[in-house]
Amino acid sequence: MTTNPVPTNQIGLTKQDYVGAKSTLCAGCGHDAITSQIIQSAWEMGIEPHRVAKLSGIGCSSKTPTYFLGQAWGFNSVHGRAASVCTGVTLANRQLVNIIASGDGDSMSIGMGQLVHMIRRNVPVVYILEDNGVYGLTKGQFSATADVGSTLKHGSVNEIPPLDPCTLAMELGCGFVARSFSGNPKQLNMILKAAFAHKGTAFIDVISPCVTWNNHEGSTKSYKTLKDKEMPLHELGFVPFYELGAVEIPPGEAREVEFPDGSRVTFRAIREDYDPTDRFGGYRTIHKARIKGEFLTGLLYVQQGKPTLHDFMHLTEAAIATLPQALVKPGPEVLQACMDELL
Amino acid sequence: MSLAPSTSLQAEETKTLINDFSIEVATVNGSGSQTANNALLRAIFQMGIPVSGKNLFPSNIAGLPTWFQIRANAKGYVARKHDIDLMICMNPETAKDDVMKLPSGSTVIFDEPLKLDTLRGDLSFYSVPFQQIVSASCPEPKLHKLVKNMIYVGVAANTLGIDMQEIRAAIAKQLKGKQKAVELNQTAAQAGFDWADSNMLPQDRLRVIRDNKTDGMLIMDGNTACALGAMFAGVTVVAWYPITPSSSVVEKLSDYADRYRIDPATGKRTIAIIQMEDELASAGVVIGAGWAGARAMTATSGPGISLMSEFIGLGYFAECPSVFMDVTRMGPSTGLPTRTSQGDIGLTAKCSHGDTYHICLYPGSMEECYQFTYQAFDLAERFQTPVFVVSDLDLGMQNWITKPFTYLEGPFDRGKVLDQTQLQEIQDWGRYKDTDEDGICWRTIPGTPGGKGGYFTRGTGHNPYAGYSENPEDWKSNIDRLQRKFLGARAAVPCPILQSTGSKRGLMAFGSSDPAVVEARDILRDTCGMPTDYLRIRALPFTEEVESFLRDMEVIYLVEQNRDGQMASLLRDFFPDLAVKLRNVLHYDSTAITAQTIVDQIIAFGK
Ligand SMILES: Cc1ncc(C[n+]2csc(CCOP(=O)(O)OP(=O)(O)O)c2C)c(N)n1
Ligand code: SF4
Ligand SMILES: [Mg+2]
Repeated sequence: MTTNPVPTNQIGLTKQDYVGAKSTLCAGCGHDAITSQIIQSAWEMGIEPHRVAKLSGIGCSSKTPTYFLGQAWGFNSVHGRAASVCTGVTLANRQLVNIIASGDGDSMSIGMGQLVHMIRRNVPVVYILEDNGVYGLTKGQFSATADVGSTLKHGSVNEIPPLDPCTLAMELGCGFVARSFSGNPKQLNMILKAAFAHKGTAFIDVISPCVTWNNHEGSTKSYKTLKDKEMPLHELGFVPFYELGAVEIPPGEAREVEFPDGSRVTFRAIREDYDPTDRFGGYRTIHKARIKGEFLTGLLYVQQGKPTLHDFMHLTEAAIATLPQALVKPGPEVLQACMDELL
Repeated sequence: MSLAPSTSLQAEETKTLINDFSIEVATVNGSGSQTANNALLRAIFQMGIPVSGKNLFPSNIAGLPTWFQIRANAKGYVARKHDIDLMICMNPETAKDDVMKLPSGSTVIFDEPLKLDTLRGDLSFYSVPFQQIVSASCPEPKLHKLVKNMIYVGVAANTLGIDMQEIRAAIAKQLKGKQKAVELNQTAAQAGFDWADSNMLPQDRLRVIRDNKTDGMLIMDGNTACALGAMFAGVTVVAWYPITPSSSVVEKLSDYADRYRIDPATGKRTIAIIQMEDELASAGVVIGAGWAGARAMTATSGPGISLMSEFIGLGYFAECPSVFMDVTRMGPSTGLPTRTSQGDIGLTAKCSHGDTYHICLYPGSMEECYQFTYQAFDLAERFQTPVFVVSDLDLGMQNWITKPFTYLEGPFDRGKVLDQTQLQEIQDWGRYKDTDEDGICWRTIPGTPGGKGGYFTRGTGHNPYAGYSENPEDWKSNIDRLQRKFLGARAAVPCPILQSTGSKRGLMAFGSSDPAVVEARDILRDTCGMPTDYLRIRALPFTEEVESFLRDMEVIYLVEQNRDGQMASLLRDFFPDLAVKLRNVLHYDSTAITAQTIVDQIIAFGK
């Protein structure tokens, strides 16, 4: 009798190698479902855990890096500022794969400025906004993504219009913008894998119900409302680089976008012929859906080949943090030249 | 046009001040006077006389008044001197005040239309028709405004006895490479010189005589020195947000890096210099980069440090190597952004919330700006913590003479870092485990292969294995360890400089006050018969020498350029019993401190 070996990915690691510490979030929290898909997609993509920097701000969502990729390096920093920490990390070592887990309070309020500038610089990172419309960790205050008319657990109603993280990111020129739902693991998995293949900032707004503060009647980001209203734009397929050749994409049936590593995303339109490479068409569809109260998910916008932070900085390929001293400490003749100039 | 000083001094005997006087030039900001002033300063320096140059500039791009003070002193006193011996008045707006503030007997050179010579009867006035001279000597009317200031350089050279050859060389140095501008300015200076030669009666109050006291020296500002220190320390990530008076640290570094921090094999840079959206983000980059193994720094001033303070607390608690440079200006708030102060001593020492004390270095000269910045990176990595270099506007932006720097040899101290092989051998590694009992734990750099080096960094409570912990014992032992680590740095930071005369009367100071203290001690000894011992503090944590000085002296005058005696407060924190001997000598009117201020305050305490 043969026992089935534990499945491994292309670098020989089991899925167990991608898990982290046990979650301490509330049972049923949407954030945990996202964590599961981060584990799954990183494993499927064969990412080397030791090359990953998991960064976050503060919030329930920002705690999640502890719960995935336990062999990686994690940094739970200060509220809203993971973007700048990530910028420093990637400048120090451009060989690292960066993941930011953030919340809607963390990203859309206190950290809005840093997010905007991170996108502007196209910092290489998979940025996951775990969006529940509330401040979970500080016990249920409205966030800037709370919809008009949604209520707090104790009754007060939000009257101020929300910000849309995705159209904002698109406007800022982000080359990879997606929206998903923690209750749609299959789609989230495809999006995360594509995000790992993207060069530059990949921004994903994942609506993620907070079962403790925002899952009652009157909350527009509860599991029930979302399940009813979710409208996937397309059936998303992702063919990672390592499967190229193995999988044939029938021509003409789907639109596809190729990534720098050779991976391909395919889109089979469900509702309308949504073209994720057409930014202006995208705006129109998203805005129209919002007016109708629909909640669109999928890869909203993708543009490959934009220059990233590293193209702007002209750094050595090797991590500058660990270059040998001879490359970063000029010799005595340079000091002499500097002194002579001042003489 | 006056041939002689229009108001003759009342037969009073005028002693000639040879190589010992100060000049102030009053101009309008943005009028191009900087080149003229620096040429004058440099020419005197090239004559072999120690000088210092201080620019009192407004927070404005063009139009507001600005003053430049040059002090020449054969004995090498380079602190600011309060009394001006030669005033050059070019700014109609301030001319009257500029004249009224002068001590009796001073000399004034002024732009003819200002007609200042009727203001006072106790000064020597020279009226100079600048417009006329510039019109006659410069063929292009468009350029008159630009070179008008150079005329006073020639006039001053003539009346003080400065060799025109030195003026020409100084101009060429200032405008290196711009041949047309060099010629234009040299011609203007010569025109001023020639005019004075035939129209001004020689004066014998102020005189420059060639000396050799500046041989082999050079003129520099502290921000350049800090930039050099950082470059040679192998800084790899620099994040910043512009703020006076710190901006030129990064701008200079960037200039140097363009030339000297390129990988010859690939032509790629070995340093990342990034201008962030604010100081908060700059601090985030520095902490993130330090965590990821880079030598990372920022340069800012007080308001920037305030914005960075949440991150600095994180850096302290999560133990991320990082260097923060504070080139201090006058606060609170925007304060006087173009004036100097030592007002961030308290801020930097305890920056952030909770219990924090940071390693702070207080350079007091150009050489120390260079050395301490270099050393800050070793300390940051050795102690895995934010390290502050606390400079100020006076050091950072003014002109100082210095010996050329010596090359700092040897390998960097990159601290306790475990590599893959070491990790394989160690059975029980914990990021925050104090295995060596010195408070410093072994860290790993993200990206280290092998699967054993990863750990989770957080600003929340953690146990020795970097696990989340709200356990009171974990908390307390961790924060106690951080204190031990900080105090352990006493053996590694620059020790104070002691100058002993065997007196029981002590002077203490730090940073840019040093030249004024040196001069004040001579005055106290020579004119008041009061010898003093002098200890210059150069770092926090305070070392053993600081404690013994406090113990040995009967009374200690602590000189600071702030209102509240911030260094005194720190000393009180660490040595409450001894600190009762401290007397505050304070200067905080936004100008650089003078020797006389120190002498006057010490005398006022009584013998
Ligand atoms: C500077 C600062 N201000 C306020 C807080 C308190 N705080 C902690 S988490 C949080 C909000 C988190 O909301 P979100 O980012 O949406 O995360 P969630 O808990 O909902 O996942 C706030 C305001 C803090 N930690 N730091
Ligand atoms: S409070 Fe909300 S967001 Fe936080 S863990 Fe619980 S369910 Fe999740
Ligand atoms: Mg939230």
